[in-house]
Formats: sequence, structure tokens, C-alpha cells
Amino acid sequence: MSKTIKIRKGLDIKLVGEANKVKATAEQSASFAIKPPDFHGLTPKLIRKVGEKVKAGTVIFFDKYKEDIQFVSPVSGEIEEIVRGEKRRILEVRIKADTDISYEDLGAVDPNNMTGEEVKAYLLKNGLWPFIKMRPIDVIANPEEQPKAIFISGFDSSPLAPDYDFILRGDDEAFQTGINALKKLTEGAIHLTLRGDVAQDKALTSVAGVQINKIKGKHPAGNVGTQIHHIDPINKGERVWTVNVQDVAMIGRIMKSGKYDASKVIALTGSEVKNPKYIKTILGTSINTIIKDNVEDGNIRYISGNVLTGDKIEADGYLGFYHSQITIIPEGDEPKFMITKGWMSPGFDKFSMNRSYFSWLMPKKKFELDTNLNGEVRSFVMTGEMERVFPFDIYPMHLVKSIMYNDIDLMENLGIYEVAPEDLALCEFVCTSKVNIQSVVRDGLDVIQEECM
Amino acid sequence: MKSIEKLMRKMEPDHDGKWAKFHPLWDGFYTFLFTPGETTKTGAHIRDGIDLKRTMFMVVLALIPCLLFGIYNTGHWHYYLEDPSIGYMDMFWPKVGYGLYKVLPLVIVSYAVGLGAEFVFAIKNQHAIQEGYLVSGMLIPLIVPADTPLWMVGVAVVFAVVLGKEVFGGTGMNIINVALTARAFLFFGYPTMMSGDKVWMSGLSEVDKLPEGVTGATQLGELATFTFDKSEWAYESISAFEKAWPLKESLIGMIPGSVGETSVIAILLGAGLLLYTRIASWRIMISFVLGGLAVGFLANTFAVNPYMELTPLNHLLIGGFLFGAVFMITDPVTASQTPTGKYIYGFLGGALSITIRVFNGAYPEGVMMAILFMNVMAPLIDHYVLQANINRRKKRLKIKSA
Repeated sequence: MSKTIKIRKGLDIKLVGEANKVKATAEQSASFAIKPPDFHGLTPKLIRKVGEKVKAGTVIFFDKYKEDIQFVSPVSGEIEEIVRGEKRRILEVRIKADTDISYEDLGAVDPNNMTGEEVKAYLLKNGLWPFIKMRPIDVIANPEEQPKAIFISGFDSSPLAPDYDFILRGDDEAFQTGINALKKLTEGAIHLTLRGDVAQDKALTSVAGVQINKIKGKHPAGNVGTQIHHIDPINKGERVWTVNVQDVAMIGRIMKSGKYDASKVIALTGSEVKNPKYIKTILGTSINTIIKDNVEDGNIRYISGNVLTGDKIEADGYLGFYHSQITIIPEGDEPKFMITKGWMSPGFDKFSMNRSYFSWLMPKKKFELDTNLNGEVRSFVMTGEMERVFPFDIYPMHLVKSIMYNDIDLMENLGIYEVAPEDLALCEFVCTSKVNIQSVVRDGLDVIQEECM
Repeated sequence: MKSIEKLMRKMEPDHDGKWAKFHPLWDGFYTFLFTPGETTKTGAHIRDGIDLKRTMFMVVLALIPCLLFGIYNTGHWHYYLEDPSIGYMDMFWPKVGYGLYKVLPLVIVSYAVGLGAEFVFAIKNQHAIQEGYLVSGMLIPLIVPADTPLWMVGVAVVFAVVLGKEVFGGTGMNIINVALTARAFLFFGYPTMMSGDKVWMSGLSEVDKLPEGVTGATQLGELATFTFDKSEWAYESISAFEKAWPLKESLIGMIPGSVGETSVIAILLGAGLLLYTRIASWRIMISFVLGGLAVGFLANTFAVNPYMELTPLNHLLIGGFLFGAVFMITDPVTASQTPTGKYIYGFLGGALSITIRVFNGAYPEGVMMAILFMNVMAPLIDHYVLQANINRRKKRLKIKSA
């Protein structure tokens, strides 16, 4: 047990619509999808056609450039449609699901009796590899590389985030199996980082074979990037792998049972949800059955993931591969008159890190924020605001600027290897000039991947 | 609100119509009235409530006490010339009236000319009208003497907006502070109107004979004459000087000077707002004051002439030092942008201000020059701060590989 890391910088955005601690089940959706855009930088090579029957665990496509990495169907059924975008890029592979899911037989294994290579092959072949991401770049891990450590964040600190402690309760064995499998993949440590100020369930605390770290502080304390930076920062040339904590349990469960049971618990949250709660569902599900009869009327936005890093989806869209949360908030596409709601208003209902609106009078208030940009895009004027929410020994604004003018040397020097777009999500949130920082960082990482890796 | 919105929408120029060029202008007015209904497309789905308009509005709000006091103070010194025995509160309304008559035209000219220049550039370069000038336009009237001719203010504003800002790409891109550029332009272009004894009390140049004991100079002016010629100095020692100009008056601001810079209380009100709302950097503000105090103490310790004996507290309260500390050096665009850099930047700025005051008789007030100089030096400071960060990272790698 190591010491607790304390983080002073950061920001907790308190929103209305936290999920109640009940695990409900929703009617299984008839439609599922895998979305290649969920895997940044992937060029998928399809091996199934529309109309073909698949089982849960049947390979649907693989990575064109790293053919070992395969992606499988989460359910059994029939390939319904392949949705393409510009330049025939594949956006979604939709699967019409059977009511009773039949599984491919993957073979039940015990990772303790396997070598690293065997575990790796098992994960690759059965569509489990994409759960492992790597830093730097924040894409699917390259199976040919050796990570110096694997990091798992035991909690999520983002707004309205699902509570993994609650989700994983009772999943001890599956989680332990998953950890055992990951242990075979690295010679370094497996870091499991837990919240420092709350007691957590034994599924997380009593797991063997990991180094447990504790971290205290505001968001982004739960981001795995923050934890890596404070525990064992990435230097140029090093690789660290990360896995979402619920996905570890899923990997363990699938290895133990030998069938691709991609069920997971997600949180349905946001101010426009009538009854926010946890729902047991399956990876890649259409959200239509989940949200049915449970959302307010009006112009609303559906987000797969959380409000800071999630993806906008339609009301009949699909849950993203890495997401454990659906957030529904109002759209803010109405102009706001300056005195009543705009920049001259007292702003009791405007959340701001600064105290220029009177909402600072109510530090405990939970806000109902909409998707309005709350201003127009400008050049950088204010300084110091990003530094206040960015708990890294990195100067975020200078890093972002170096990306904007494409100075690769400077990006490297200023620490781009240590960040992922999600780490700068709060910087984007607080930016007075409304610069889309996450997409800037992603562009920078793309350049780095092309030029330096 | 809906009807105003509709009306504005009706007036919106077509993007390919005859008036298309004027779209940025329309956009400027529209976004002034309404925060557009634009929603987040990529990245975070929700955003902080603050925008640049709110930020600038807060700074303008913070300047209001200085403006109001400046109006009254201008009137006070005008009537003082007629009757030196006049009390602070005597003839309140005539003073307000005269102050308004003098100061309001400055504010109006500054905004009209400056925003006009911004509009021209917005149309020419087809970029949105950015909010930076909202603050500059209020700062400029506050840092010039009330008697500055309006045409001069106009010329200075055009110079500052065009050469100080737009040539670099507009708000957020400028290297030196826009308001101080305007002041420096006036200072070097029309020195007789910006310094000396004749400008600090409104209407002084038209008075034939000064009342007994009135020179018209500011405290700094009086101190600067000392550096030139000791024999002509009106005060025998620094304590006599300090007695003639009690600190209380500087604190309230009943001293001659530029329009908005005299009252410490008004400035502190503004500082309070800026610090509480976290718009201005406390790092810069505090280190600027500390830098000034440090040089003040040093001068005291090694005092070889009466000027060097002036207490550091006096240095803080007289002249434009605090106004510079709160509103000028904290301009985020031209200041140092790293937290560590801000301490260094502020400290050097404050130290340099007092250094110029004490050791350079040609510039009675050093704050403007010091801040402009530090504006230019800020990127250098940041460069070294970043370099330290980079070296830390490299060292980490070296330890690892060793």
C-alpha cells in the first residue's frame, strides 16, 4: 500500500441527474453495432457481408495494418447494414440481434496456466484486445510492444460518472481473472488506482497481484492519465497500457466462461432523464430501449459517455465501445439575450470556474447545463485558467499552442507523450476563448504518431 | 426578446449578397445582444458560462469606481485653481458637472474612434469583432490628463489599435498593452501635453496667475524637479515633502494626476472585484507591488539624496503605480503566461517602475515605461520557465535510463 496522492488542481462539475444506485435491466434491443470510429486511427477490413449470420464472438472485421487485432460481434444475429460515411469510411456495422444469444465457443481458459504469448493470442483472436489502450497516443495497444506498466483507474471522477465500485460489486472472481491475464502481458507492475477518501468494495481492494495506489482530489483525479503522471510518468519511447476497470472484469469473465458475454452495467444519467439509474445491458447496444419512456420532451442531446469526453449520438444511436455511461442533457441552440440570460446577466444558473457569475453563491448547487457554447470562438486571451484544472507538470496552453503551429520538437519537449485528449477535457471546458482543445490535442497526437512512432 | 431577435435576424446581411462584407459588423452587434445559439460540435459537450465578453465586462466594471472618482477629482482641481481653500466636498455638483464635461468626451472619443478602427479591420480582414477594445477604450481616458485635446486622444487611439494590435492579428495577438501604447504615443508625440506642471489641473493653462503656493505639479513632478536641480527644490527635506502631501490624500485620491489613477481606494475596489472573480492574476498583482516595495526599501537603505529617502509606502500610493499594478500589468495577453513566470514578470515590473522614478529624472513616472518594457520581455521569461519544465522532463528520462 503506497501513500495517497493528493491533487489540488481540478474541477468538479456538479450536474443534475446522477444515477440512482439500482441495477435495472432494460429490454434487450433488437439492434447492435460496432463503430470503427470508436477506435481512433483504425482502418477496418470487413470480413462479413450484409445478411451473414454471426454469433456473439464471431469476428466481423480486423485492423488492416495490424491484422492480429480482431473485432467481434457482441451478440448473435444477422449483419443488418453497413453504414458508410465520406470516402466510404465505415461508420457502423449494425447487427440485428437474436432474442436468445448464441455464443461462439472460445474455450474457457485460466490465465494463470498460460504464457504471456498465449494470453496475448487469446485476447487478439477473440476481440478482447481492443479493450487495451496505450499511452502515448491513446489508441488500441500495439501487441508487438512491451508496456512498462499497465494502469487501471478504479474510479471515474468525471461529471455524473458511473460508480465502478457499485458496478463491480460481486464481480470479484471475474475481475481477478482479468487482472491475472493482464499480468502476463507486462513485466512491470499493474497499477490499480482507487479513490483515496472513500472506502471501496472488496472486489477492488482485495484483488491480488496489483499495486494499489490511492489518489485524492477533484476531477481529473480519476483519469488514468493523471494517475500515470503522478505514479510513473511516461517518457519518450516508453509505453503504458490502460484498461477500463469494468472491461478488466469483462475480459476475466469471458476467459473463464469461454463465451463472449459482453454484458456490462452502464449509468443512464443527465438532467433530461426522468429516472436516472444503472442498467445492465450489452456492449454496442442501441440506446432506444434503454431510454424508452425515461427522457423528458424537448430538444435534447444524447451522449454516449460523459459530458466532457463522450460522443454525440442520435436517439436510436449505439453505445460506444469504451463507454459505460449515457448522458442526456438539453441542447442549447436558443440565442440568449444578454441581460436576461447572456453575458450581462447575474447568472445564477450559469456554472463557471470563475466567480464572475453569481452562481458562486451556491457552491453546492447542481446545475442543469445545456450544450450552448456560451460565447464565441476567440484567440487565447485569458491565461492561468487551464493551469488551474490541469494537475500535470505540463503547461497546457503552451502545449496546445505548440500543436497549433505544428512544432513537433516543442510538443515532445512540453510533454505530449503524457497526455490524451480526455486529460485536457477540463481545459476545454473552462477555456474562455472556446477553443476546441481536445480535437487540437488529437491532431497533435496524430502528427506524433505519424512522425515519431 | 424574441422580437428583437427576429428584427436582428431580418437585418442580417446575406453571406453572398451586396452587404456580405459587412457581416462581421452585424455579427458584432448581434453577439453583443445575444449569446448565439451555437452548440458544441466536438469535444466537451458543456462549456463554462464565461466568455470573453463577460471577462471584459468585469474589467470595465472594475474600472467604474476609478472613472467616477476621476470625474469628481477633475472638477475638484479645476475649482481649486480658483480658490485653493476649497474643501473636498464643497461645490459637489459643480465639480461633478465640470468633471463630466471634461471626462465624458474623452471616454466617448476613445470608444468611438477605437471601435471604429476595430470595425474597419473586422470588415477588411473578415474576422469577428473581438472584445479587447472594450477594456482598452475605458483605460485610455483614465490614464491621460483631463485636458488632453480630443483630437490627440483620437490619433493616439488609432495608432494604438492599428500598430499596437491589428498589425499583429487583433485581440489576443498583441505584444504590448494597447492602452499603454496609446499613452506612450501621446507621451512622446506631445510631451508638453502629457507631462510637466501645466496639465494636471484641468484648465490650468488658461489661468493667468497661479494662486499662492500652487505649482500645478503632481507629487512625482515635484520629486523629479529635485533630481534636476537641488537648489530650486521647493522642499528642504523628504519629511517636509511628506508633510506637504499627506498619505491620506493619496489614499482617497484628492491629488492632481491623470483622470483615473489618483484614488487608491477606487483602484482597490476594482482590484477586489478582479481578484475575487479571478479575472486578473493575483500572482502578477502581488509580485508587482512587492517589486516596488523592494526597490523602495533598497533606495531607503542606501539613500544618498532626499528622493531615495521617500518611504516605499509613499511610492506605492502616489502616481500611477497601483493603477498599473491592478489594470495594466495584469493584462493577460501581454503578460507572462506561466504561473512561475507571472511572479518574475510582476516583480521585475514593479522594481523597474520605482527604479525609473528614483533614478531617471527625465521620466517622473516610471510605471508606463516599466510595463511596456516588461510586455516585451514577457515571452523571454516564459521561454526560460518552459525551458526549466523541459529540462525537468529530460532529467527524468536520464535518471530512468541511467
